[in-house]
Amino acid sequence: MRKMFAFLAFAVFVSSLNAETIQERAVTCFACHGEHGQSETENIPSLGGQQAPYALIQLFMFREKLRTFEPMNDMAKAFTDDDLRGFSDFIATLPKPAAPADAGDPARIARAQALVTQNHCNSCHKPDFSGGDNVPRIANQREDYLAKTMREYKDNSRHGYDGTMAEVLQPVTADQIADLAYYIARVR
Amino acid sequence: MTISLSAPRSLLLAGAFIGAFTFGAAAQQPAAPATGAAPAAAPALPPGSPLIGRPDSEAAAKLAPVAGPPLATAADKLPLAKLKVPSGFNIEVYAAGMANARSLAQSDKGTVFVGSRLVDKVYAITNKDGKREVKVLASGLYRPNGVAFHDGTLFIAELSKIGKIDKVDEVLDNPPKPTTIYDNLPKDEAHGWKFIAVGPDNKLYVPVGQPGNNVLHDDAHGQIRRMNLDGTGAEVVALGVRNSVGFDWNPETKQMYFTDNGRDWMSEDVPQDKLNRLTKVGEDFGVPYCYQGNIPDPEFGWGHSCSSYTPPVGLMGPHVAALGMRFYTGNMFPKAYKNAIFVARHGSWNRTNKAGGDIAVVKLNKDGTVKSVEPFLTGFLEDNKYVGRPVDVMQMKDGSLLVSDDWNGAVYRVTYGKPNKVAAQ
Repeated sequence: MRKMFAFLAFAVFVSSLNAETIQERAVTCFACHGEHGQSETENIPSLGGQQAPYALIQLFMFREKLRTFEPMNDMAKAFTDDDLRGFSDFIATLPKPAAPADAGDPARIARAQALVTQNHCNSCHKPDFSGGDNVPRIANQREDYLAKTMREYKDNSRHGYDGTMAEVLQPVTADQIADLAYYIARVR
Repeated sequence: MTISLSAPRSLLLAGAFIGAFTFGAAAQQPAAPATGAAPAAAPALPPGSPLIGRPDSEAAAKLAPVAGPPLATAADKLPLAKLKVPSGFNIEVYAAGMANARSLAQSDKGTVFVGSRLVDKVYAITNKDGKREVKVLASGLYRPNGVAFHDGTLFIAELSKIGKIDKVDEVLDNPPKPTTIYDNLPKDEAHGWKFIAVGPDNKLYVPVGQPGNNVLHDDAHGQIRRMNLDGTGAEVVALGVRNSVGFDWNPETKQMYFTDNGRDWMSEDVPQDKLNRLTKVGEDFGVPYCYQGNIPDPEFGWGHSCSSYTPPVGLMGPHVAALGMRFYTGNMFPKAYKNAIFVARHGSWNRTNKAGGDIAVVKLNKDGTVKSVEPFLTGFLEDNKYVGRPVDVMQMKDGSLLVSDDWNGAVYRVTYGKPNKVAAQ
């Protein structure tokens, strides 16, 4: 595992030496994050249509090890500030993930919609969950990744850039997190 | 390494062909059968949520806390040309490249220390023969917003602990990790970051904010404590404090003055942030029962009277986020500024038309009450957007004034007089 990512990090390093375009270098990203940033891999987020300022914050946090995930920490280690900006701007241009064909269980969706209102998720993340600036697009993100992320914010094992999500998730139960992820992954 | 890595690994080893693998429903979270039907509509926002009390209106829904960019702005891209000071004053870049530069402190040898909140670093700006250099003094800290220097020692306040580095000027090139002196502090993210300072009584002052926008806090929150410089003997000196991120002592009366941020979502124009004065240990400043000295909180104010609490000596504006403040005791600025207070107003998020985003100067009457509050350094706010956000102010030995900007990760220096006559510090 480690070797594979070390190899990828090396590949990124070499490619930057060869002055490849961001598009060419992004092939490495797509290996895990899916073609054009549409992830088909468990617990790996889709990148498409992500807000560039949010993506920049995350790439910065990976580089500085403020957010810990070894493969991404390795990837971002040698990135310059311009690399971080280049990749985050590029990610924002990728197509946003599409809603799945399956419309979902109406009862769960209704429960989740009540939770969204109650917890004001639709304030910072916007009513269509497209986010803005430092607030991420979460609409049609992978359900498993959404649930994992909310669990990690809740137990503070993933430190946010600021503390907002850690606080907001305190009263949200594990079952409610599952419902929210189910709904936001399917929102249309 | 987490277990989740097994999936990409197999993917990559197989040649990265996603079609061959189906991470579909099987890999997803099993549907958790929720007990009961729709969740209760009761207020379930956590104590810390900035959205507590948010009215359900379209205009209110547009407002959310603003987080600055993570990368420090290059020195030549700083908004220096947009910053305005009164006639006769000058402003220059003192140092750049310090992501999320927050609170300021200065050693007796002239090293400037800079804390941060959204990153993990404390920076040191050294100054040798007018040549300034930025070093990372400490990293891997958790929201190390507060810095204070006293008798050779740098104190650093993280979210829930206070550490120190002794003889810091001698170890700038090879600094040890800070030694913890006090960690009996709540762990809340909301208002958990700290400003710290050493008072004229040689004690370290440490605020503990309310764990949220507007909550009935317990005995460990909503206060300012002081303690001996080894972390012993902690006591509460001020109560009813929502979130103070700046204080200093009046050079004449030795009384402590501190800024306190008012609550969000009450309205666009009230409550205002406060400038408070502590005249005796244990005074209560009213939060969350009373705001700005004369507005009972609509929820918690019932059964309480604002007259039971110490009123502010000054009002700093609604939602402006009055943060770092220092009395000006130098000789470089005109006499009218002597013993006035400079206050960094970080700038609002909870207001349709943003307010603050400047350094204000507060002039006092002889009795220590506030005579006037006026903008001093402006220009951080342009077309209702930030081009910078001031966090702290600090007077240099030559009487010039440093200003930190966490949006750009920079520190500016304000001087008075003909630029060529004001020696480069």
